[in-house]
Amino acid sequence: MSQFAINLIFVGGSFALYIAIAIWARAGSTKEFYVAGGGVNPVMNGMATAADWMSAASFISMAGLIAAGGYANSTFLMGWTGGYVLLAMLLAPYLRKFGKFTVPEFIGDRFYSKNARFVAVACLIIASVTYVIGQMTGAGVAFSRFLEVESDTGLIIAAVIVFLYAVMGGMKGITYTQVAQYVVLIIAYTIPAIFISLQLTGNPLPPLGLFSEHTASGMPLLQKLDLVVRDLGFTDYTADVSNKLNMVLFTLSLMIGTAGLPHVIIRFFTVPKVSDARWSAGWALVFIALLYLTAPAVASMARLNLLNTIYPAGPSADAIEYAERPDWIRNWEQTGLIQFDDKNSDGRIQLYNDKSESFKQTATERGWNGNELTVNNDILVLANPEIANLPGWVIGLIAAGGLAAALSTAAGLLLAISSAVSHDLIKGSINPNITEKGELRAARISMAVAIVVATWLGMNPPGFAAQTVALAFGIAAASIFPALMMGIFSKRVNNKGAIAGMLAGLLSTVLYIFLYLGWFFIPGTNTFDNVQANWLFGISPLSFGAVGAMINFAVAFAVSSATEAPPKHIQELVESVRYPKGAGAATGH
Amino acid sequence: MTEHDRNAAAYWSANLRLIIGSLIVWALVSYGGGILLRPLLSGISVGGTDLGFWFAQQGSILTFIVLIFFYAWRMNKLDKEFGLSEE
Repeated sequence: MSQFAINLIFVGGSFALYIAIAIWARAGSTKEFYVAGGGVNPVMNGMATAADWMSAASFISMAGLIAAGGYANSTFLMGWTGGYVLLAMLLAPYLRKFGKFTVPEFIGDRFYSKNARFVAVACLIIASVTYVIGQMTGAGVAFSRFLEVESDTGLIIAAVIVFLYAVMGGMKGITYTQVAQYVVLIIAYTIPAIFISLQLTGNPLPPLGLFSEHTASGMPLLQKLDLVVRDLGFTDYTADVSNKLNMVLFTLSLMIGTAGLPHVIIRFFTVPKVSDARWSAGWALVFIALLYLTAPAVASMARLNLLNTIYPAGPSADAIEYAERPDWIRNWEQTGLIQFDDKNSDGRIQLYNDKSESFKQTATERGWNGNELTVNNDILVLANPEIANLPGWVIGLIAAGGLAAALSTAAGLLLAISSAVSHDLIKGSINPNITEKGELRAARISMAVAIVVATWLGMNPPGFAAQTVALAFGIAAASIFPALMMGIFSKRVNNKGAIAGMLAGLLSTVLYIFLYLGWFFIPGTNTFDNVQANWLFGISPLSFGAVGAMINFAVAFAVSSATEAPPKHIQELVESVRYPKGAGAATGH
Repeated sequence: MTEHDRNAAAYWSANLRLIIGSLIVWALVSYGGGILLRPLLSGISVGGTDLGFWFAQQGSILTFIVLIFFYAWRMNKLDKEFGLSEE
C-alpha cells in the first residue's frame, strides 16, 4: 500500500470518528451549546482541556524550537505548563462557582459595568482570532504534505469538519471530539518518540532516555549532543542563558497568558462542581505533561539524529553527498521547508553555524563556504518517523495527530469567540429579551461566521501571522488574567479601577510590541530594531506581557483606592464565588 | 460578625495560606531551580547535565502536577471541614 493510501486511511478514519461524535452529541439548549450541559466528568474534561490547549504550536513547533534553542527554550516547557497551577488555584474553581457561560460575563457582572464587559470581549476576540489563524495554517500545512492536496483545499476540508461538530454540537460536540482528538494526538506524538528513544539510548521511555547514555558513543546523550553541536560552531545545547531577567519574564508571560486564555478557562465551566474544577485542572496538566515531558526528549534526539545523518562519520569528517541524501530530505525539499544550496560546490551538505565568529577559521580550513542546509524547525516532529526509518503507518498517525491538535484548538477558540458574540454582545447588550431558541440560533450563526472568517484568514494569512501569537499571550496576560484575579481576590477593586487597569495593561503591552515588531505589525514601521541592545532593561517584546500585567494590577489598585468602594451586592458576589457551597448549575442569568 | 461569617473568613484565610505556600514552591522550582539558581546547582549532575537543566525541562512540570493535586485534595478537605462543600 502506498504511503498516500495509508495517510488517507488514518486521516479519513479520524475524521469519520469526529463526524460520528458530532451526530451523537448535538446541542439542544444554550446550556449544552455553551458549557456542554455542565455535567462533564472531571477526568474527561481534563483530557478535552489538554487537546483544547495543545495546538499546532505545541504538537508541531515546540520540539523544533527546543531542538534549535536547547536549554534557552525550556521557557516554553515551564511557561505553558506552569499556567495551570495559576488556573487551578487562582481562577478555575471560583469562576466555576460563579456559574455563568463566558469570561466577559464575569468581568461585566463583577465590575458592574457594560464597558468592562466590552473591553473583555474585545480582548477575547483579538486574542482568539490571532490564535486561530495559526491553527488553520497548521492544518493546511499538514494536509498539503501528507495528503498531497493544495494547502487551501486542505484548509476547506478541515473547516467543513469543524463546522459539522462545532455548529451542531457547540461545547457538547467539541468536548467529546476533543477527547477523541487528545487520544489520537498523544498516540501519534509518543509512538515515534518511543522508537527513537529506543534506537538512541535503549530506553523505551523518552523522558528517561533524555538523561540516559547514548548507546553508540557510550556517553550521556546530552553530553554527546553538546560535543557534536560545539564541533559545528553552535552554542552548547545545555548552555546557560545570560539574560536571566528576560528568561524569567518570558516564562512568566507564558504562564499568566496561559491562565488568562478564555478558551481554556471556559472548559472549566463544563464540570458539575467546584471541587471537580480543581481536580480537572490537575488531570488537564497530567495529560498535557505526557506530551510536554516527551517533547524535550524528541528535541534533543531529533537534533542528534539530524546531525548524524548529515555527518555519518562525525562532525569533523566529511558530510554526506547531496546525491546520497535520504528520502525524507527529498520529500521535505518539495515543501520548501528544507532547502539546500551548495555554496562551496563540493556536492556535499555542510550544515553548521556560519554566524559564529570564532568558528569562521575552522570552517575556512575545512573548505566550507557558509551553511548549506536550511531546515525549518516545524518539520522536526512531522519528519521524525521518516528520519528514524519508522514504518509507514507511523507517518499516517503523525498526519492524523497534527490535524487533531490543530482542529481541537481551533474549535475551542471558535466557541470562545462565538459565545462572546451571541451571549455577551447579542444577549448581553443588543437584544436582552432574545428567547432561548433565538440565542441558540444566534450562537450557531456566530459560530458559522467565525469559521468562515478563520478559514479566510488561514488562506490569506497576514504576513505577520507568526508574530501575532506574542500578541495573543500578551493580551491574555496583561488584560484578562489580572482583571479576573482581582475580581476574585479583592473586594475593593471597583469598575473604574478594573477598566483603567485593563486598558493600561493592554495598551502598554501592545505599544511595546509595536515599537519593536512594527506598528500594527506592518513590516518596516518599527520604531526600534528588535535587538537586545535596544530593549528596555533587556526585556524582549515577547516577554512584556508579564510587565503589562503588573501595570494592570498597579493602575487598578491606584484608581480603585482613589474612588468609591464597590456597592454591597458586588461585595456579596465576591463572597459567594469564594465559597463552594451552593454552586448550583451553570446558568445564563 | 456572626458565627457563619467567622467560619467563612477562617476558610478563606486557610485557602490563601495554602495558595501562597503552593506558589512559593511553584516559583522555587521554575524561576529558582530552572533559571536563576541554575549556576548554583551546576555542581549537582543529572544524566550528563546539571540539576538546573533537569528542573527546566522536566522537574518543574512534575512538581506542578503534584502541586495541583495537593491543592485540590487539601481544599476539598477544607470544604468539608468548614461545612462549605457542595451537595
